[in-house]
Amino acid sequence: MLRILGFVPIFVPIFVLTAAGIILSGAAVTQVAAQEGAKVSDASAFKEFGEKAGLIKIMDDFMLGLLKDTRTKSYFEGVDQKHVKEMLVDQFCEALQGPCVYKGAQMGAIHKEMGVNREAFNALVEQLQFAMDKNSVPFATQNKLLAVLAPMHRVIITK
Amino acid sequence: MKSPYRAFESIKVGAAASLVGISLLSGLAWAEEGDVTFSSKLLLTGGVTNIEGSAGGGLTPWAVIGGNGTKEQVGASAFYTNVRANDYTLNTGGVLLGIYDRVELSVAQQKFNTREVGGLLGLGNGYTFTQKIYGAKLRLVGDAVLEQDSWLPQISVGFQHKENDRGDLLRALGIKHDKGTDYYVAATKLFLNTSILVNGTVRMTKANQTGILGFGTNTKDKYEAMFEGSIAYLARKDLAFGVEFRQKPDNLGFKEDNWYDLFVAYAPTKNVSVTLAYANLGNIVIKDKQRATYLSLQVGF
Repeated sequence: MLRILGFVPIFVPIFVLTAAGIILSGAAVTQVAAQEGAKVSDASAFKEFGEKAGLIKIMDDFMLGLLKDTRTKSYFEGVDQKHVKEMLVDQFCEALQGPCVYKGAQMGAIHKEMGVNREAFNALVEQLQFAMDKNSVPFATQNKLLAVLAPMHRVIITK
Repeated sequence: MKSPYRAFESIKVGAAASLVGISLLSGLAWAEEGDVTFSSKLLLTGGVTNIEGSAGGGLTPWAVIGGNGTKEQVGASAFYTNVRANDYTLNTGGVLLGIYDRVELSVAQQKFNTREVGGLLGLGNGYTFTQKIYGAKLRLVGDAVLEQDSWLPQISVGFQHKENDRGDLLRALGIKHDKGTDYYVAATKLFLNTSILVNGTVRMTKANQTGILGFGTNTKDKYEAMFEGSIAYLARKDLAFGVEFRQKPDNLGFKEDNWYDLFVAYAPTKNVSVTLAYANLGNIVIKDKQRATYLSLQVGF
């Protein structure tokens, strides 16, 4: 192995890691459609969210937060908020292994023209956290739901 | 007594520099009136600032880019850390800039005070080594938080260029260089399913005691790979605790011990975090079994 300045060897692991990273991220993107049906593996999570009634309360608080937050409100002001909340309840209920079926559109199709950037996406996550905090969902359980939702960023963030 | 004065002077300079830095940069961060918070990474997932000024754990740089900026933004942070060991004190402070969540630039200054060991070594009590550290980091691939359905971590490469002000003394001790550069690659991932964050860093270094005692010796002057790791548990949105490990090379006559710590980090707001740690630093020069309390304050946006 060629040694220049004594530290060339470090570039070998870097290239290997980057190549592996590029391959893995390509594989991950193609999985998003399959992942949209992903569920948490913890069966008690649904209860910790207060089940469907709890989710309805959380989505009410969530929507209020989204409409107040200047980073997200423009995305939600013009929409049918009642319908969006119902869809969110079904989607999260299904993801939490609850007895619901999400019948709405795919995430990519819904968000395609919205021009969501990372900042808006992060702001939405924060508002969701606030709503879950307000409704006493344990932090570890919140993270289990976020783990299932996070991969959707690939089709939601388009800017 | 000269030395406590000098330590105080450096704290003032460091704090002033940090405040100037933050106010200059405040115009660059996106913020609107009436906002509850600045947009950013999830609290604490950006790590804190390590003793060399890079975003990461307390002892080691992570793959995360510091500051709260997302990929459309610039963010910055300033930190001050005090590490008090049985026989030595290290004060370090600095600022960093995070650009588009892709590049991190940092500058930090360390003051390593030998306290009474200085007297024992004939250098005078309170003899202090000052090291300036200029760092840069580039995120190559991945996102520590969002890639929850993949094993891919966030991977970054970086360097820390260090300059020690005691070149004459170091050369007299057979230490080859008073300047040196560490290169590293870091991989960081938050596993939301378990609320656990893991980091591994490989660092190429010649530094003796992270550069506080210069770089290399006249008989041993080559780069070696050192491993550093952190594991943190996010107990709450604003509270994390964990452990860290940092392997050290053995260039000098005194064998260097690996460093370990246990830490708690608390972020009452998105802009402030406090870290308290207890560290095992082993042998430093003529004193063994150095145990230290570490306290760090970070402000940023």
